[in-house]
Amino acid sequence: MARGEGQRHPIGIYLWVWFLLFVLSVGSYLVDILQFEGYLRWSLITVFMLLKAGLIIAVFMHMAWERLAIICVVLVPPGVLVFLMLLMALEGHHVLASRLTWLAQ
Amino acid sequence: MADRRTSGPTLEPGWRGLVSDLASDQRAFKGVPWSKAMMWLFLLSDIFIFACFLVGYMQVRITTPEPWPSASEVFALHLGGRDIPLLLIAIMTFILISSSGTMALAVKCGYERRRLATGGLLILTALLGASFVGMQAFEWTTLIHEGVRPWSNPWGAAQFGAAFFLITGFHGTHVTIGVILLIVMAAKVVRGSLAAERPGFLTRRRGRYEMVETLGLYWHFVDLVWVFIFAFFYLW
Repeated sequence: MARGEGQRHPIGIYLWVWFLLFVLSVGSYLVDILQFEGYLRWSLITVFMLLKAGLIIAVFMHMAWERLAIICVVLVPPGVLVFLMLLMALEGHHVLASRLTWLAQ
Repeated sequence: MADRRTSGPTLEPGWRGLVSDLASDQRAFKGVPWSKAMMWLFLLSDIFIFACFLVGYMQVRITTPEPWPSASEVFALHLGGRDIPLLLIAIMTFILISSSGTMALAVKCGYERRRLATGGLLILTALLGASFVGMQAFEWTTLIHEGVRPWSNPWGAAQFGAAFFLITGFHGTHVTIGVILLIVMAAKVVRGSLAAERPGFLTRRRGRYEMVETLGLYWHFVDLVWVFIFAFFYLW
C-alpha cells in the first residue's frame, strides 16, 4: 500500500457488518430476556461475544487486510490472557473451597 | 540482496512474508504507517489492562461465598409500570455499535477525500459517544442513590460495586477521551488541515487522512472492550 492510499473497501461490507453487529447484540440481549441458564447461557454469550469481537477487529479495524506480521503481533500476545484466565479460575475455586471449609464455622 | 520496497507487489504474502518482514531492516510492519503500528501497540497494552480488570473481577466473583447480585435485576429500567431487564445497557450497546459504524464510514470517506462527509460522520460519532457517556453517568447516579458503594451494596457480594465502578469507570474514561479526540479530528478535517497536510498545533505532524483511520482504531477498540464488558459483567 502506497502512502496516502490507505484502506479502501466497498461501503456494503461496512453496512453488512454494522447490521450483523446489531443482530448479534439482539441475540445476546435475548439470552438475558429469555432467561437461559447454565451452560446454554454461558456458551451463547461467549459465541455472540467472540463473533462481535471478530467482526469489529477483522472489518472495522481492517485487520483482515493487514499483513500477517502485524496480525500476529496484535493477536498472539492476548492468547496468554486465556491462560491467565484459566489459572486464576482454578485458583479461585480453590480459594472458595478453603473459605467454605475454614471460614464458615 | 535487491532492495525490498515497502510497498507494491514484491511483498510476499503469508508465512514467508511474515518471516521476511520481521527479519528485515529498519521496519517490520510493511505497508503500515508508523502511527497506525504504534496505535496497535498501544491498544495491545490496553487489552492487557482491561483483561487484568476483567480477570480480577472473575476472581472476586468466584472466590466470594456470598451471592453475586443479579445484573439483570440491578440494571433493570422501570418503564410503563414494569421492570425491563438491562434496557439501558442494551440501548448503550446499540449506541456504541452505531458509533463504530459511523466511524468506519468516516474512515472510508476520509480516504475518498470527502472532507465534509468525513467531518460530519466524525461529529456524529462524537455525539453518539457523548450520549453513551451521559447514559453511563445516569446509570452511576441511579446505582449510587440505590446505595451501591465500592465496599458494599444492598444485594449481595460487596465486591460488586468495586468491580462495577472500576471497569465501567475505566471504559467510560476511554470513551470520554475518544470523544475529545473525535471533536479535535473533526475540526481538523472540516477546516481542511488534513487535505492541505498542515502541521498539527501540538506535534507538528503533517495532516494526513491516515490519522482518521488511526483514531478509528482507538474508537473501535473502545467498542470492542464494551463487547467484553457487556458479556462478562452484565450478562454472565
